[in-house]
Amino acid sequence: MLTAPFEFRRASTVNEASDLLQQGTEVKLLAGGHSLLPLMKLRLAAPEMVVDISGIPELHGVSVHDGVVTVGAMTRHVEVAQNPVIQAEAPLLSKTAAVIGDVQVRNRGTIGGSLCHADSAADLPAAVLALDAQMVVSGPDGIRKIPASEFFVAPFVTALGAREVLMAVEVPAMPSDAASTYLKRPHPASGYPVIGVACWVGNGGTSVKMAITGIGSTAFRAVEAEAYLTEQGVNASSIGEAARLAAVHAPVEDDVTGYKRQLVNVYVSRALHQTMAGKD
Amino acid sequence: MPEVLTTVTMTVNGQSVTRSIEPRVLLVHFLREELGLTGTHVGCDTSQCGACTVLLDGEAVKSCTVLAVQAQGSAVTTIEGLEGTRLHPVQEGFWAKHGLQCGFCTPGAMMTAAYLLSQNPHPTEEEIREGLDGVVCRCTGYETIVRSVQQAAALMSEASETSGAEEVG
Repeated sequence: MLTAPFEFRRASTVNEASDLLQQGTEVKLLAGGHSLLPLMKLRLAAPEMVVDISGIPELHGVSVHDGVVTVGAMTRHVEVAQNPVIQAEAPLLSKTAAVIGDVQVRNRGTIGGSLCHADSAADLPAAVLALDAQMVVSGPDGIRKIPASEFFVAPFVTALGAREVLMAVEVPAMPSDAASTYLKRPHPASGYPVIGVACWVGNGGTSVKMAITGIGSTAFRAVEAEAYLTEQGVNASSIGEAARLAAVHAPVEDDVTGYKRQLVNVYVSRALHQTMAGKD
Repeated sequence: MPEVLTTVTMTVNGQSVTRSIEPRVLLVHFLREELGLTGTHVGCDTSQCGACTVLLDGEAVKSCTVLAVQAQGSAVTTIEGLEGTRLHPVQEGFWAKHGLQCGFCTPGAMMTAAYLLSQNPHPTEEEIREGLDGVVCRCTGYETIVRSVQQAAALMSEASETSGAEEVG
């Protein structure tokens, strides 16, 4: 399949990419291309200009400083999965990246591209929400940070401004005692999660964070379940009630048969049991 | 929009190639139509099936989801470039263990297998199955493909023991 014709440019700095974004109404940034190109091939997107940002040095690299892991927007899923710094400081992010798509997809797709595409069935939104990550964004007015909780506005819509470029994702390092799980039920054909649950428990059980993707119109935090588990502690009996709370409060639509809430109940329960068993 | 051609230069199977192309040309079409390397197949054309898998700077990628202009300055290896002076161990493995029936997915399966073994020379069966997750085969039920990769791994470690070399192929 051929995409519609477009003008191809390469940006070598973030400012250049930001400037190119205002040159037309339909300008798209191209990172790894594993979200944008499929859309363009189906002609669901037909940008006039495509700007390759893969060569921008500022978008590359992984570092840790003062308890915050900074992951460059161009970091490919395979590196997020295998990078020793991310594995040590934010293992939930690595575990999530490790089960995106398949080997070939992970070799090309990037963390920034996936997050900006904001597919409601993507894996990564669950992890960045559960980790309270911040999106570092550069635009005409300088650099600002957008909390993950405010970034995903609607399916395929983010809080990014028209001329803003996602530079990096900042992830607070997880506590050293944290146990975490990303559990997904992949759709058998697409590999996208029908449901994906990202959760971690740390600080002696006083920190419990959980986010769910795939099943709602955007990924969401299971705040009622988190609050209950923080109060009750995470154990075999509290997990059942937490899963029920997550299911009851999940913002799912078109669930006449109750199948989606049932999936939430079952997968939250399984993810928590796996976390407590120290499995991943 | 008027058609604007872009010049792209890359190394394909060890040879430098330069062409003027429309930016919308996919890497798989570049390989097949510009270079006549039809070993790389187009299967689903939606990044699912893996028949179009090639190595881009040593990494397995689905060439139906890469623009040729994104491979600017890169080294691409296709199934035609897998064989050196003799068959690659992956090719020998597929031959010996009947890793194909109709053969349509085979170039992608072999490139994916070659990538897997370059990253992990001694994979477990589970790791082989995980490594081949991005390849869809409608004939074999995957059993013979897994055996083929195991055979290739054995051939490669045999060869490295004999020659003392770190890598083969």
